[in-house]
Amino acid sequence: MAQIRIENLRKSFDQFTAVEGSTFTIDDGTFFALLGPSGCGKTTTLRMIAGLELPTEGKILLDGEDVTFHRAAARDIAFVFQLFALYPHMDVGQNIGFPLKCQGMARREIRERVQETARMLRIEHLLSSKTSKLSGGDRQRVALGRAMVRRPKAFLMDEPLGALDAEFRHLMCGELRDLHDRIKATTVYVTHDQLEAMSMADQIAIMNKGRVEQIGTPQEVYDRPASMFVADFIGSPPMNFLRFEGGLRSGDRAIKFHDTRLVVPEIREDRASAALALGIRPEHIRFSDAGSVRGEVFGAEYLGTTQIVTIDTAYGRVAARLPSSASVRVGETVGLEFNSVRLSLFDAGSGLAIRTAGEEGGRHG
Amino acid sequence: MTAAVAKPVLARSSAHSIVEASPRTKAFAGALVILYALITILPLLWIVATAFKSQSDAIAYPPKVIFEPTLEGYVNLFTVRTRQTPDFIAKLPPPETWYDKLVRKHDMVIAGPSKVVPRFVNSLIIGFGSTFLAVFLGTLAAYAFSRFRIPLADDLLFFILSTRMMPPVAVAIPIYLMYRQLNLTDTRLGMILLYTAVNVSLAVWLLKGFIDEIPREYEEAALVDGYTRLQALRKVVLPQAVTGIAATAIFCLIFSWNEYAFAVLLTSGEAQTMPPFIPFIIGEGGQDWPAVAAATTLFVVPIVMFTVLLRKHLLRGITFGAVRK
Repeated sequence: MAQIRIENLRKSFDQFTAVEGSTFTIDDGTFFALLGPSGCGKTTTLRMIAGLELPTEGKILLDGEDVTFHRAAARDIAFVFQLFALYPHMDVGQNIGFPLKCQGMARREIRERVQETARMLRIEHLLSSKTSKLSGGDRQRVALGRAMVRRPKAFLMDEPLGALDAEFRHLMCGELRDLHDRIKATTVYVTHDQLEAMSMADQIAIMNKGRVEQIGTPQEVYDRPASMFVADFIGSPPMNFLRFEGGLRSGDRAIKFHDTRLVVPEIREDRASAALALGIRPEHIRFSDAGSVRGEVFGAEYLGTTQIVTIDTAYGRVAARLPSSASVRVGETVGLEFNSVRLSLFDAGSGLAIRTAGEEGGRHG
Repeated sequence: MTAAVAKPVLARSSAHSIVEASPRTKAFAGALVILYALITILPLLWIVATAFKSQSDAIAYPPKVIFEPTLEGYVNLFTVRTRQTPDFIAKLPPPETWYDKLVRKHDMVIAGPSKVVPRFVNSLIIGFGSTFLAVFLGTLAAYAFSRFRIPLADDLLFFILSTRMMPPVAVAIPIYLMYRQLNLTDTRLGMILLYTAVNVSLAVWLLKGFIDEIPREYEEAALVDGYTRLQALRKVVLPQAVTGIAATAIFCLIFSWNEYAFAVLLTSGEAQTMPPFIPFIIGEGGQDWPAVAAATTLFVVPIVMFTVLLRKHLLRGITFGAVRK
């Protein structure tokens, strides 16, 4: 197993820059998710790690060894494709054994290794089936088997669950995580689905327009987003942003939000007056007559245990997650109260988060 | 699953199904197909039958559908004969074989084998040789065009296609002069090179389409798993391109097998193929239609066999891309 280090990696195709100078380290045994909207450069990054694409600039280190310009075959990395890429002219066993055949391994040994891998994935009964006859989940397992059988240094997965239906995806998420816990292989997992990333990964890197916006554990990126993009991308519904103008001083515990004063986590940097945004997760909003921000209920979405209520305020539409027992009438005017310790502040111009005590508070929790 | 349940309901509830043709439409389509088959197969059957007719039956009017079959046509095709006086023939020892006997009935003796066998062998070597080369080169080129970023790829592809935009006769004279300079006239190598050059453009374009349809992920998976490009091409791409390769091979073979104009121009002896040879048969000893028909029958056999052998691939090949599972 291996540590993967990416240094100033950049890739451009003609005029278009797909990946712009990202630097990060994926520790040995980590389940690392590259998360972002389509076209953010996550797949290109993955393909560069695999050696299927050569970087324009930068370095890729595998266990300290510079493999930037090594052939894919020389990197000892396994890749799982979104479309599984199972060879239609081979049966399941042949598919799983294909990487071993290349190493010139004896036929008997290949058979044993294929059996062992199939047992691990519980697909032994399928070994002589045609791949075209398999269900989506079984195809996924065979693709994983083909990746595992070689015992590579790392697994790279490009939206491996993207082709499955929602229900099955949830099941496979659990299976993948379980598998990772058993074989403890460094895994880089590309997805655009925040739920997949949040539920499986140890570390998540959120990419936007070729740049890594934030790297952290699922809790870190959710609770303390480094930018408005991350805050918006993670969470469903996303974080609410209320824009306002104002200056900040280090040590302040409250801000002047339009005409009212709002208690926020202690601010840790000075800011001249500028366009700012107050970030509030929907679950940190409560209805309260004493609330300083008032608005009119626009609609409610019932989700079983909770409901998402949208409220039109003077500062924009806000989504709040309330218990489904709360009675809400469309059109009624309500006051909103925010959970002050969980508020985030952003520079609306650059989109970057402003340092507050909330970050440290979160770290302990 | 839901579709399987819903389908019969749909078929019952709607009188005009867009999926299932009505019996009348089906019958009409069937009749059309049968008519077309008759139009294309009848001349072929007539040729096969003529090969077994005597010379007088072959030119009888009205045409004879029922006749006494004879192998004269085939014997005449494979032999060179000389006409002798009845006295001379009477003095000869009795005929040793059935075909000696058959020939002597017409006051002739067999002087030796005709050139049909070497000409047929030429056709086989040139036809299959150029087909193999065109498909081989075409596959490699098509793969490169399909997978790599080639500077001016579109222009190159257009250039390759442009070689097929003019009638072959337009370049006949230059090619003739060039071949004479290179001593390639009337050589098998020359003909193989010429047909390969003509076919390779077709092969590149056809195969590029097929290879484009094969997802790159297959080879990339093989590359990551430790295979080289060429190994990945051979073990992963080619097995999936078999359909396209078979279809392309048939098209290439049909062209080089049937090609007449260049064969007449560039071959006369050593490397002559069947198409220019067959008309020559007419000239030898009157209009020997049964022998011509025999030659034509034999000429058609290899291409029919090749097509039948690859039929399954061909059918899938022609409809490839239209229906993708």
